[in-house]
Amino acid sequence: MYQGIRIAGFGGQGVVSAGILLAQAGVENKLNASWLPSYGPEMRGGTANCSVVVSDGEVYTPIVSVPDTVIVMNEPSLPKFEPMLKKGGLLILNSSLVNSHPTRKDIQVLCVPCNQIAEKVGMARVANLVALGAFIKATGAVTLESVAHAMKKVYKRAKPEMLELNQKALQAGFDAV
Amino acid sequence: MTQKTLRKGNEALAEGAIRAGARFFAGYPITPQNEVPEYMAAHMADNGGAFVQAESEVAAINMVYGAAATGTRSMTSSSSPGISLKQEGITYLASADLPCLIVNVMRGGPGLGSISGAQGDYFQATRGGGNGDYHIIVLAPNSVEELGNFPKLGFDLAEKYRMPCMILADGILGQMMESMAFNFDPVDPNKIGKFDWAVDIHKNGRKKSKVFSYKGDNLIADVTERAKRYGLIEKTEARYEARNCEGADVILVAYGLSSRACLEAVSKAEEKGLKVGLFRPITLWPFPSKALKEVSQKAKGILVVEQSLGQLVQDVKLAVGDSVPVGLNAYPAGGQPDGEQILTAAKSLLTGKKEGLFDLQTHAEGFTYECKRDLSLGVQGDRKEVK
Repeated sequence: MYQGIRIAGFGGQGVVSAGILLAQAGVENKLNASWLPSYGPEMRGGTANCSVVVSDGEVYTPIVSVPDTVIVMNEPSLPKFEPMLKKGGLLILNSSLVNSHPTRKDIQVLCVPCNQIAEKVGMARVANLVALGAFIKATGAVTLESVAHAMKKVYKRAKPEMLELNQKALQAGFDAV
Repeated sequence: MTQKTLRKGNEALAEGAIRAGARFFAGYPITPQNEVPEYMAAHMADNGGAFVQAESEVAAINMVYGAAATGTRSMTSSSSPGISLKQEGITYLASADLPCLIVNVMRGGPGLGSISGAQGDYFQATRGGGNGDYHIIVLAPNSVEELGNFPKLGFDLAEKYRMPCMILADGILGQMMESMAFNFDPVDPNKIGKFDWAVDIHKNGRKKSKVFSYKGDNLIADVTERAKRYGLIEKTEARYEARNCEGADVILVAYGLSSRACLEAVSKAEEKGLKVGLFRPITLWPFPSKALKEVSQKAKGILVVEQSLGQLVQDVKLAVGDSVPVGLNAYPAGGQPDGEQILTAAKSLLTGKKEGLFDLQTHAEGFTYECKRDLSLGVQGDRKEVK
């Protein structure tokens, strides 16, 4: 198993922290994992993104230039990341905020209304966890329990009720697929 | 096996250095290595050491110069333009025969350059960097795990040979997170042997020791003595990793992050009907020339993959001479190496095509780079045009 993932959205949507969570979950599953943030001259209001690799073998480069999966959380990320996706790869689309349709026919598309689901759970801010839940169901790259474990390590200073909310969002995303 | 933890490259390096017994750090902020001084600021004092945010890079390296003279495991870190500023201090450290650790988390250059990861400081690191006849040992990690474990190796080598040692990483290695484990137990700095040359409080209990930055009239003898030491290091300390080189048609040569992209190329080569191996120098100085010459004897070509424009390729040419054709696949100034592109270049090298190869003589893409003459005086290549 070798999964290269790009997660993209607005700065503040939690795409970078969802990436760390996924990498940590990989480690909890005794897989090798890497995470790389987009760092460099990024435009305010533009897209933030990160690369994650989880693999049962060696992780090659942490730069994921041809991802197996792309999670697109906002409109501007779609034209930027859809073309990168591997043939037959998976595109997870936050249909709450993305109105455009993907143009490629050689990929799988999974539309998840992440913000709506997150609001139902209790807070729109946990939309990133909904997307992560959907990703786990669709790919099986890591287990749901491992993300719960990872959450305690990554969000060390989070209040218990916030962790619980994250957990619910993750489950809701998982169940939505 | 120790449980692996997820760590950021720069933080693994800083924690690794403290574990290795570093008790003095001086530095000045610069992207993409800021997590190193940040981590040191938070943890050095708790470990009984000193952290100083200096007023400049020049001040920081000179503080390291002073601390190293006391026999303390001392270090500084910076990124490319900052390392340029430190060169005066580094050559003084070399001339005073003092061990220390210098970390360069490289970014694009020249000048201010860019903050993306790059490998453009290869010449500066491996040729000394400052003025005069000297070398420093250069270690090139290619993973967060090696970033965490190399400070120990670096200090050990630096003290063994009484000279500065550099860890040459890059922005991406510094910024990425990866699962890693330390391969050594924390070093107690009080249990590192006292050096007879170190300057400290003698309380009339022993002979006075002195550290010289300038010894007057015996410079020739000094430089010659150092050259002998360098010869010994070249013979005994060259480190490398060779993978799938046996029976390979093309051997990729790369260090640091570039070598990670090469691993992808090696793994994908077979399905494309190519036999590709990887030779990764772990010490850049001393360069593992002998080993490279040996593993490449039966190869049809060597492809150098570097995030700079024709630097590593020179050491490769010096190592193999004209025994095997050498091509260059370059990603300078923040470019990111890619497995597919590396394979395209490897194919070009075998079939005489141009795609993916860079020619240093014409500074154009589309030529194989083939040197036919003695390279001891520099690059005097014959350009071979290919269709």
